[in-house]
Amino acid sequence: MAVAVASPGTPPTRRDFLFIATGAVGAVGIGSVVWPLISQMSPDASTLALASTEVDISKIEPGAIVTIKWRGNPVFIRHRTPKEIKEAQDTPLSDLIDPATDQSRVQKPEWLIVLGVCTHLGCVPLGHEGPYDGWLCPCHGSQYDVSGRVRHGPAPKNLLVPEPIVFLTDTKVKIG
Amino acid sequence: MSGSTTFVPKNPVLKWFESRLPIIGLVHSSFVAFPNPRNLNYFWTFGGILAFMLVAQIVTGVVLAMHYTPESTLAFASVEHIMRDVNFGWLLRYMHANGASMFFIAVYIHIARGLYYGSYKAPREILWILGVIIFLLMMATAFMGYVLPWGQMSFWGAKVITSLFSAIPLVGDAITVWLWGGYSVGNATLNRFFALHYLLPFMIAGLVVLHIWALHVPGSNNPLGVEVKSKKDTLPFHPYFTVKDGLAVVCFMLFFSYFVFYVPNYLGHADNYIEANPLVTPAHIVPEWYFLPYYAMLRAVPNKLGGVCALFGSILLLAFLPWLDTSRIRSANFRPVYRVFLWVWFAAVAGLGYCGSQEPVGGIVTASQILTFWYFFHLLVVLPLLGFFETPLKLPATITDAVLSTTRGSSGAMVAARTTASPSVDG
Repeated sequence: MAVAVASPGTPPTRRDFLFIATGAVGAVGIGSVVWPLISQMSPDASTLALASTEVDISKIEPGAIVTIKWRGNPVFIRHRTPKEIKEAQDTPLSDLIDPATDQSRVQKPEWLIVLGVCTHLGCVPLGHEGPYDGWLCPCHGSQYDVSGRVRHGPAPKNLLVPEPIVFLTDTKVKIG
Repeated sequence: MSGSTTFVPKNPVLKWFESRLPIIGLVHSSFVAFPNPRNLNYFWTFGGILAFMLVAQIVTGVVLAMHYTPESTLAFASVEHIMRDVNFGWLLRYMHANGASMFFIAVYIHIARGLYYGSYKAPREILWILGVIIFLLMMATAFMGYVLPWGQMSFWGAKVITSLFSAIPLVGDAITVWLWGGYSVGNATLNRFFALHYLLPFMIAGLVVLHIWALHVPGSNNPLGVEVKSKKDTLPFHPYFTVKDGLAVVCFMLFFSYFVFYVPNYLGHADNYIEANPLVTPAHIVPEWYFLPYYAMLRAVPNKLGGVCALFGSILLLAFLPWLDTSRIRSANFRPVYRVFLWVWFAAVAGLGYCGSQEPVGGIVTASQILTFWYFFHLLVVLPLLGFFETPLKLPATITDAVLSTTRGSSGAMVAARTTASPSVDG
């Protein structure tokens, strides 16, 4: 494309116009062929359509963690005890790597719902483990508290809260 | 791939063919008449061993693909079908799985030889960079191949490694979902990994052609690191080096066969005979042995993005080696200080490999951090400075001189040659 326009001052010729026009059409053509080749790798509509799950939470005892599968990933539903709730709410934000209040992560304090995917490299953390009695990732040792907030690296962020979470009834919750 | 002789076939049919497509002459000048330095040692046979391994992997891989099913609910069972039902399936799969390890053993020795004898230095920089690209493609191919059996290690290895891309600021998560073709590693991921695992070896083969082409322009380096000065310094590729490479390939096959027939699962993980379960992570995730040093670097850096940068940087930096090393003396045999540093660096890489295989607790983390630091310090600080401060030993004038003399560095010619060849300051 070195022959774009003649030296300043001389009016562009018909050939210059054709050269740039051909190049532009060629670029658009290449782009329109490349885009489908890239886009085909993204999740398709059928994958996106399966993106919500309803769960019956009536059988989950206080203190228990239930793991369900949502979008191919584990989701932890933790029925927190009053002691755990207090612990999570009383943690000062200054102690946190990724500061977030416990209130901002739950709709009902006794139900914590988080994605069971370590924010480091995607392993499934183990419940009721680690010094904060939340979760401990077996892969690289990240520690999470009872609010699913990261307390010790290498994970950079808190366990994600899936969105949206809707409590359809007192015993039924819809994720996604 | 120019050789020293112009090949003219005597048979009239071949003559007719050759004048239209001079491919026999190309092969003749590249692999028959090609002049190699006469002093090549057995470390130079690993190029041939690697060519053999690439062919072995492609042949066994293509036949395995005739029986394998790249679908997440069927993949694990299809591998068991290969192991139990397919005629000689066990042999083909063990050859392919262990072949990957053998390929890496050979490539690590090949790279170490290049580092020790300074094969990356001018005029072989492009040859070296092509090698680094081949190495990167090999790693990608091996990683995707390991995912295909769809065992627990396959699945979680894939998850951890693809999650590396989520460390990229802003677009990381979008890229990861795009790579997966879903919200997690799943059927879409397995399918594309199979397609790419089949494609990449042929890209490697293409790059190998370029690698050999770039090799045949300046010719092979040699243990002395002294360029070929006359015909006396060389021997034709055939029969001298075809036979030498042939012997080495046969010895390597014996080593390979020991693993295939006696300890076929020694280099693998028992967890991979459990089918992939997206809800349970194995207690101790480890990659295949050939990735352990890089895995240790990833874990050594307490920051996610930093760890990923260390991982990729450690390999990309190798491509810049021709410019990081400021000494013009090639062979470590004539660089007493570099030689010590290089062995320390080799030990650091081995140490990182050990750290990568262990649980990341206490002393292992500290050791990984020290060794990772040293890995980069060697490449970025030691190598550039050594060229200015090191006093190299006397180089022989020619390869023939060194081969024919029993004591090294005795003739006046060598001293003269050394003063012209050495760029060092205090020489």
